[in-house]
Amino acid sequence: MADLTWRPAPRSRLTAASPPRSPKWRLLPSAVVLGVVAVTVLVVPLFVELNEQYVDLAIANRPPSAAHLFGTDELGRDVLLRCVYALRVSLTVGVVAAVISAVAGTAVGALAGSIGGWFDRIVMRVVDAIASVPHLLLGIVIVAILRPSLSAVIISIALTHWLTAARIVRSEVLSLRTRPFIDAAIMGGATRLQVMTRHLLPNVAPQVLLATTLMVPHAVWHETALSFLGLGLPPHAASIGNMINDAQRSLLIGGWWMSLAPGLLLIVTTLAVSGVSGVWRDRLNPKRRTELTW
Amino acid sequence: MTNAHPGPATRGTARSIGRIALRRLAFAVPVLLVVSFALFVLAKASPFDPVERYFGVRIIGASPERVAQLRENWGVDEPVVAQYWAWLTHAVTGDLGDSLSLQQPVSAVIGDRLGWTVLLVSVGFALALVLGLLLGTLAAWRQGSWLDRSITGSCYALEAAPVFWLGLAVLYVFALQLRWLPGGGVTTGSEPPSVGGVALHMVLPVTVLAISQAPWFVLFVRQNLLESFTQDHVIGARSRGLPDHLVVSGHALRTSLLPFLTLLGARLPELITGALLVETVFSWPGIARATVEAALNVDFALLGALTVMATGVVLLGNLLADVLYALADPRVALDG
Repeated sequence: MADLTWRPAPRSRLTAASPPRSPKWRLLPSAVVLGVVAVTVLVVPLFVELNEQYVDLAIANRPPSAAHLFGTDELGRDVLLRCVYALRVSLTVGVVAAVISAVAGTAVGALAGSIGGWFDRIVMRVVDAIASVPHLLLGIVIVAILRPSLSAVIISIALTHWLTAARIVRSEVLSLRTRPFIDAAIMGGATRLQVMTRHLLPNVAPQVLLATTLMVPHAVWHETALSFLGLGLPPHAASIGNMINDAQRSLLIGGWWMSLAPGLLLIVTTLAVSGVSGVWRDRLNPKRRTELTW
Repeated sequence: MTNAHPGPATRGTARSIGRIALRRLAFAVPVLLVVSFALFVLAKASPFDPVERYFGVRIIGASPERVAQLRENWGVDEPVVAQYWAWLTHAVTGDLGDSLSLQQPVSAVIGDRLGWTVLLVSVGFALALVLGLLLGTLAAWRQGSWLDRSITGSCYALEAAPVFWLGLAVLYVFALQLRWLPGGGVTTGSEPPSVGGVALHMVLPVTVLAISQAPWFVLFVRQNLLESFTQDHVIGARSRGLPDHLVVSGHALRTSLLPFLTLLGARLPELITGALLVETVFSWPGIARATVEAALNVDFALLGALTVMATGVVLLGNLLADVLYALADPRVALDG
């Protein structure tokens, strides 16, 4: 017979997702790190007369010490100082490329969303087609055509990253189009252009800005990868990718500090950027999952 | 899971899977054509002339007849569409032209290297999946514990770390300092490749590729599991007094794995990108080296073929993910 004695239910650890901790926990450290990075990257090169290209073979390949916090590279250049300049270059590339791709994506997405019909269908198919090509490969092709240079890298990143912005803007515009205030504007005699610039674009602006900030780490990562492959910025320019590429050789003779510093700096900066924009996104659309992309 | 719907439903499933596959193929073929044509136009628009490239400085001494002969043979002065058509008709029969930088037919270049890349990518992907499922489940199960926190924390950090930096770190520690494992290539010295030797050389690159891809899977599995813990069928299973491990493996994981299948297809481009970088770090004899060489030497025949091929793989991956989804979730299949 079945055992009918009462037994306590097994202790279970399966619980619903706990509510996310207060955004302060993410915002504060991220903002502080971002602030420090921004100040260092923007201000240090202005006020401190140190040459990041300064070569001193006498102190080449020194491990970290009090004088050189992250050591020196194979030409005796200070790794920390080069990191600051490298981050400056990488962030510039990232921000410029993100802004260009956001503008291009917004234009395409807004046009597709507001015109609709066969135009929308064709444009979105093209977006899907481009999205099927692995980003880095497409970037490599573009760099190969334009030859490795700063502008080639920026163009290659912009051309591969506008798809996200286009998709976001299109879907936002599609949902905004059905709202009463747009009907009201059209009834009030607004032209297509006026509806677009006065009513649609201002309403997608927050989403676009958010997408742009989230795109910056992506763009920086892309630049780093291209430079690492030798297809990015010119070899003498200090960028995170170039520094890690150079540091490969030194690894063989035990110079771990030359690749450690730029990598760590990049990780910390990326985490800070995504931390801040994650809090922002939760404010913007609280229903979205917070965990997946932080 | 299709067993739950025997009879007509199964036949319906097969039919709608066929329909999904057809629809995907109907999208894939034009995409491949568009991508290859766009690459072709870009290559033609670039200021590089393959004939000048072929001669190099010798073009100064070369006789004009010979140059003209070569231009004629290669058809470089014909309209782009005619050239593209010629390329396409040859490509369909497996002739992808010659690689200028490596002085070999493109199909030979790819054929020599593709196997190594496929080996690296497939084993790395499988390991990333296993890691993602295991760690994601553990983290969701022990939500809020130190284990969960350290798993999710390291996932965020790994997401932010460039994969080649990770590769260099692993290379330095395990190959150069500890000397446990070989750090580059597939063989040591000049010995012929053997199964054991290749397996040993694979450990580091495969691990790096896997741990660079795993974070997305881990976080995704964790999030979906946590959501499924509040669903009726899971609460029902718990209220019947089933122990946690059965609830998780039998009830919660099953439903939360459905969206996971779509993620598999969506992650393919990143996987290919990651493989390119990992191969470069570990001097793996796959297609990465050839890709970079082709780009540096403006070798469009090779670069174009590689890009079109990677796009084809991505499209095929999406097709497979859709089919798997339809197989796993009869609702999708019945909807068509």
